[in-house]
Amino acid sequence: MDHFPTNWGRPRHEGFDAYGTFPIHQRPTNGPKDAFKEGIERTQQPIVTGTSVLAIKYKDGIMMAADNLASYGSLARFKDISRLHAVGNNTIIGAGGDMSDFQYIQTILDDITTEEFTAQDGHSLGPAEIHEYLSQVMYARRTKMNPLWNALLVGGVKDGKKFLAYVDLLGTTYSASTLATGFGGHLAIPLLREAVEGREDTLTEEEALRIIENSMRVLFYRDARSLNKYQVAIVTEAGVKISESLKVETSWSFAEGIRGYGAQTQ
Amino acid sequence: MFRNTYDSDNTVFSPQGRLHQVEYALEAVKQGSAAVGLRSKTHAVLLALKARELASYQQKMFRIDDHVGIAIAGLTSDARVLSNFMRQQAMSSKMIFNRPVPVNRLVSAIADKAQVNTQEYGRRPYGVGFLVIGQDNSGPHLYEFSPSGNSYEYYAMSIGARSQSAKTYLEKHYESFADCSLEDLIRHGLHALRETLQQDKELNVNNTSIGIVGPASEHETAAVRQGGFRILENEAVDPFLQTMIAKDSGDAGNAPAAGSSSSAPADEDVQMSG
Amino acid sequence: MPGMVSMTQPIQQSFNPYTENGGTILAIAGADFTVIAGDTRQSEGYSIQTRYAPKVFRLTDKAVLAVNGFAADGNMFVKKVRQRLEWYRHAHAKDMPIRAIARLIQTMLYARRFFPYYVYNILGGIEEDGTGAVYSFDPVGSYEREACRAAGAAQSLVQPFLDNQIYFKNQTPAAGTAFPKHLPLSTVLPLVIDSFTSATERHIEVGDGLEIYVVLARNSTALAGLQSLRGVQEVTGTNDGERVFVIRRDLKKD
Repeated sequence: MDHFPTNWGRPRHEGFDAYGTFPIHQRPTNGPKDAFKEGIERTQQPIVTGTSVLAIKYKDGIMMAADNLASYGSLARFKDISRLHAVGNNTIIGAGGDMSDFQYIQTILDDITTEEFTAQDGHSLGPAEIHEYLSQVMYARRTKMNPLWNALLVGGVKDGKKFLAYVDLLGTTYSASTLATGFGGHLAIPLLREAVEGREDTLTEEEALRIIENSMRVLFYRDARSLNKYQVAIVTEAGVKISESLKVETSWSFAEGIRGYGAQTQ
Repeated sequence: MFRNTYDSDNTVFSPQGRLHQVEYALEAVKQGSAAVGLRSKTHAVLLALKARELASYQQKMFRIDDHVGIAIAGLTSDARVLSNFMRQQAMSSKMIFNRPVPVNRLVSAIADKAQVNTQEYGRRPYGVGFLVIGQDNSGPHLYEFSPSGNSYEYYAMSIGARSQSAKTYLEKHYESFADCSLEDLIRHGLHALRETLQQDKELNVNNTSIGIVGPASEHETAAVRQGGFRILENEAVDPFLQTMIAKDSGDAGNAPAAGSSSSAPADEDVQMSG
Repeated sequence: MPGMVSMTQPIQQSFNPYTENGGTILAIAGADFTVIAGDTRQSEGYSIQTRYAPKVFRLTDKAVLAVNGFAADGNMFVKKVRQRLEWYRHAHAKDMPIRAIARLIQTMLYARRFFPYYVYNILGGIEEDGTGAVYSFDPVGSYEREACRAAGAAQSLVQPFLDNQIYFKNQTPAAGTAFPKHLPLSTVLPLVIDSFTSATERHIEVGDGLEIYVVLARNSTALAGLQSLRGVQEVTGTNDGERVFVIRRDLKKD
């Protein structure tokens, strides 16, 4: 057993201790040190991570989904984490990547919405403004070589206009009618594009929910860092609603028919 | 024998509860030539009288952003400092949120700056007043900013020398402004501005500036993108001057010509001018 | 033990602040016009992030900037250039001339010599003397004025084609004739479209959509032919005389 959590979830190095015969820890060294090296602590890797976020445009606005898991390496560490966060009355953001960085992002977004609210002058920040702000923050942090290790989706409706866009730890941004972060970018995007493109203004809420649920199921089947418990956020002209946790309905009966590996009687 | 005049330091109130330095700053605004602002449901306009300088005419209007502009009365150098600050605010809103800065916030920002100068030791108030026009999500706006740190929104307003005469005109007509066409709004503005002129002076293409936000007028020849702020000067002003109705024709809104500029309340604690 | 990785030091997977988002841009200068074009696909690796992310931006009525490489750097760079142009406008009450914008861009790029904007810029437009101009840049600010330039993912496919068709490289004029110094817009536009359809066929990072900006000098003779084109949209901002148009075309999405 490797008791040092940093090594959990990483492939063991095969050139060394292939059979895990004794614990290999990273221990502090007492050798010569770079006096400046520990002066600045930067995020060089994510620690507690969330996986995919999905979002689509539909008739009434934006629908976004993310599961409730925050992993610690391959350990399913926190199973009731919300990775969707409402910003004001018109915007939802969803995050993959480092959860502590995401929670920091939530606090700064809450700060600017409070500031905007206290102005009490009838102006408010919509999804486009929130996305621009986030992009500036993410890009500024990458430029300082101290990134916020996330991929974020920002969606919302304001003044009759739907908005959906992406920003990540590099400050890369883009916008489309279907978006997904992480594994979802490979597994869910083809399904979402097939189902949504060209139907952004006609898809009903029920249809959109079914599309999202189906993609979440595919992700749960194939993404090892996913969970069968997820939330859906809906942003319409009426405001933001984040659902209770929903369960992915799965079926494993097909496993009976698989031959070639695992315990078999025949 | 020393007697405190309460006017050498802006952080000291007079026994009557007044800050004389601030009031002197308001006087500096009145030294500048007049500017008039008006607002309708679709447009906000500025009109200003440019004073003659040595070889040119004074600059009375500044563009702040695509959607905001100002007209000034008072110290031009102070105006340049403040308008530069407004441009920075406008640009930072564009950079950070990709949003044209809401006009009221821009005005509040300079008002807050001006207020600091009325309270901190060793400073002096700005010697300039602004009329600010702009448009944002909530439509066109007109604000007045003054060195006292006050800012208010108006349907119509005038500042600068003999601006009381223009105010008298505006007060008489402002209720009709909301539904005015741009051309009518500018004509009202020119009529109001005319009231501030000295005897035997006229508005002409050299001494008149017009600032506009809102859709283009039929008299405007230059392309106007999304009704953004633009300043008309020289020949561009002429078609609007032509629409003015002569003062003696009786239709011109017959405002009382006599400006009541000498109506400043008498000082009760000290004589402020010798 | 040879080939062994020491486990006493943390495994450093250092942060890479750059990525590459594909796409291709090009610009061609005529006698009294300039064409600046780019595809609209944005990708990372084998994933198409979006089918519509503009890479070509109108700066003024005389200058259009195409930006290719790392999209985040590109967008930020355009934003900063626009910011500088706005201050120029405040100070001088006119738009900055294109040769000045070119030098400005070189200065801004070189200022980041040791942490570069990972972008290839092509600036196209009209000079003060009314001629069409193309300026091309490398990521750290080296630049020159040219008649045509392609950059980005399919530069190596498009540039040789332009060399042949615009500069007539490897062609010999018929006896007693000479190649024209400048081509008319009616010749240039099909060359641009062909460049992109071909690049789309052969390069996976090019496709989805094509945006072609055309900047015309005052009284340019190319105007009549341009206005009859399908789906041409004017985006001119001032009355200075120069005019800017956008033409959009679909490219294959596979």
